[in-house]
Amino acid sequence: MEKRFKVSYFLNFLGVLAVFFLFVLLFENNAFGRSTQYIKGISTTACYTIIMVASLNLVVGCMGEFSLGHAGFVSVGAYASAIVSNGLTGKGLPDIALFLVALLAGGIAAGLTGVLVGIPALRLRGDYLAIVTIAFAEIIRVLFCNLSITGGGKTMSGIIKLSNFYWSFWIMVVCITVMYMYVRSRFGRTVKAIREDYIAASASGINVTYYKVLTFTVAAFFAGIGGGVYAHYMTAMIPTNFNFMYSAELLSEVIIGGIGSITGSIIGASFLSSLPEMMRQFSQYRMLAYSVVLVLVMIFKPGGIFGAWEFSLIRVYERLTGRKGGWEKSRKKTEGGV
Amino acid sequence: MLKITNLAVSYGAIEAIHGVSLEVHDGEIVSLIGANGAGKTTILRTISGLKKADKGEILFDGADLLKTEPSKIINLKLAHVPEGRHIFPQMTVEENLEMGAFTDGKDMAANMADVFERFSRLKERKKQLAGTLSGGEQQMLAVGRALMAKPKMILMDEPSMGLSPLLVKEIFSIIREVNKKGITILLVEQNAKMALSISNRAYVMETGKITMEGNAGEMLKDDRVKKAYLGQ
Ligand SMILES: Nc1ncnc2c1ncn2[C@@H]1O[C@H](COP(=O)(O)OP(=O)(O)OP(=O)(O)O)[C@@H](O)[C@H]1O
Ligand SMILES: [Mg+2]
Repeated sequence: MEKRFKVSYFLNFLGVLAVFFLFVLLFENNAFGRSTQYIKGISTTACYTIIMVASLNLVVGCMGEFSLGHAGFVSVGAYASAIVSNGLTGKGLPDIALFLVALLAGGIAAGLTGVLVGIPALRLRGDYLAIVTIAFAEIIRVLFCNLSITGGGKTMSGIIKLSNFYWSFWIMVVCITVMYMYVRSRFGRTVKAIREDYIAASASGINVTYYKVLTFTVAAFFAGIGGGVYAHYMTAMIPTNFNFMYSAELLSEVIIGGIGSITGSIIGASFLSSLPEMMRQFSQYRMLAYSVVLVLVMIFKPGGIFGAWEFSLIRVYERLTGRKGGWEKSRKKTEGGV
Repeated sequence: MLKITNLAVSYGAIEAIHGVSLEVHDGEIVSLIGANGAGKTTILRTISGLKKADKGEILFDGADLLKTEPSKIINLKLAHVPEGRHIFPQMTVEENLEMGAFTDGKDMAANMADVFERFSRLKERKKQLAGTLSGGEQQMLAVGRALMAKPKMILMDEPSMGLSPLLVKEIFSIIREVNKKGITILLVEQNAKMALSISNRAYVMETGKITMEGNAGEMLKDDRVKKAYLGQ
């Protein structure tokens, strides 16, 4: 099992590498002609959206709580990282170091905010989190509209452009890997136990609030990183970008992709973030389209397109080579999913 | 081993437990019986820290439980099998048991082998999702999970609830076996007859107060108990 685990990570890494080189090949050879730059941009958008959606999936899928204010954490991360990178430009740091420091700052700022919101909100059971997070995101928006350091309600522009597709891709890969490992770790399993039976979990000596706040903080941290990539891609932003609609969009991508499936979040986020981009002239209908898709998913596949299923190369490999494992193991793996 | 003195607990403005005192000695099985709503579950929940007390004192092996962090109480080797079969339905039997050793993972393999030896039904189903177990098997799993913490004492809340007569017998014989291995038990039961027949001592509760206490065998013969709880 140990060995299979390592092989699995290695295979997945090879897969990621292959996907990366495919993109490099396509982009460097101008495979899409004049649209290459444009498609590169959309792919970058997909990368940070994946981070944001997967992080929200930690709250919704792993913890089983609804958060309707994830954009608030994205916003905190975006502004914190932009402020840090503005402060550090021209200090002789290489771009990549500057970028990583800024992202880390964004993640930490968002994570700390996550602790502050999580401690009061997660002690309560029920739907309080949804309400508290909406309120939180609104507070952040209003606050950032009034602070001079965040542009005081005007567009904050001139953020140094550090997010290119290649960097964003690898940042996304690292974030997804860490989140996946978190879900599979003892922490993730504990949170899953809490979701399944609160009373049994407390009776087993699990400090319920602690594990919930921890997961919420991890989710906020990665939302902040996603925000940082966003900020350094857009180079200009305004607090109202991170409004309730943005949170709702992220949440619908989680639900459509599959609650509890990181694979689902990846696919859901890439499609749903690039489709509207491609049909920009219809962009005002985007929420409408989302709602329709959401309703259809709810009716026909209530667990989302991927349910709690996770894609795994080792299973494909085992299936192809007919090696032992096949169904039994893969079933176990799915059930042990997020 | 466990000594409760003058405990008062309330839900909001309503006091549910009015000054209860109760004691369980090392190695005993003690039952706590009483009508629905008497406050039995509330007492167990207060002992294991899931509910806050207003006043009183709960000592377990000299430690003041009311001043102990709820998630640390299990470290004192006091386990709780809550009322109503609380298991983790989407996890396998094995994973459920692992969660029982959450605070103390050493000797886990040996503990699990012990539990499987006692509950052979669980062993056959160790890869099965707990939610698909029968009611009786789930109850055994809940007991098994408590045993994973290597407790000195177990609080059991209506382990026979909703089980067929045959399984009720099985559960009670398991309780007795567990006790023979040196684990002290405080048992809350609706099935007063069964509970009294395996207990050393018993307490009877009514609306938040202890109204009777004594030797379990004598209580089985007591007219008031017979009338109120044994349906005779
Ligand atoms: N969460 C709660 N909020 C408010 N009141 C509660 C709560 N839980 C229990 N009570 C009340 O406290 C009293 C004692 O309840 P408890 O569950 O301890 O009774 P019990 O003796 O275990 O009953 P049963 O045999 O039916 O399980 C009851 O009057 C009940 O309505
Ligand atoms: Mg009860």
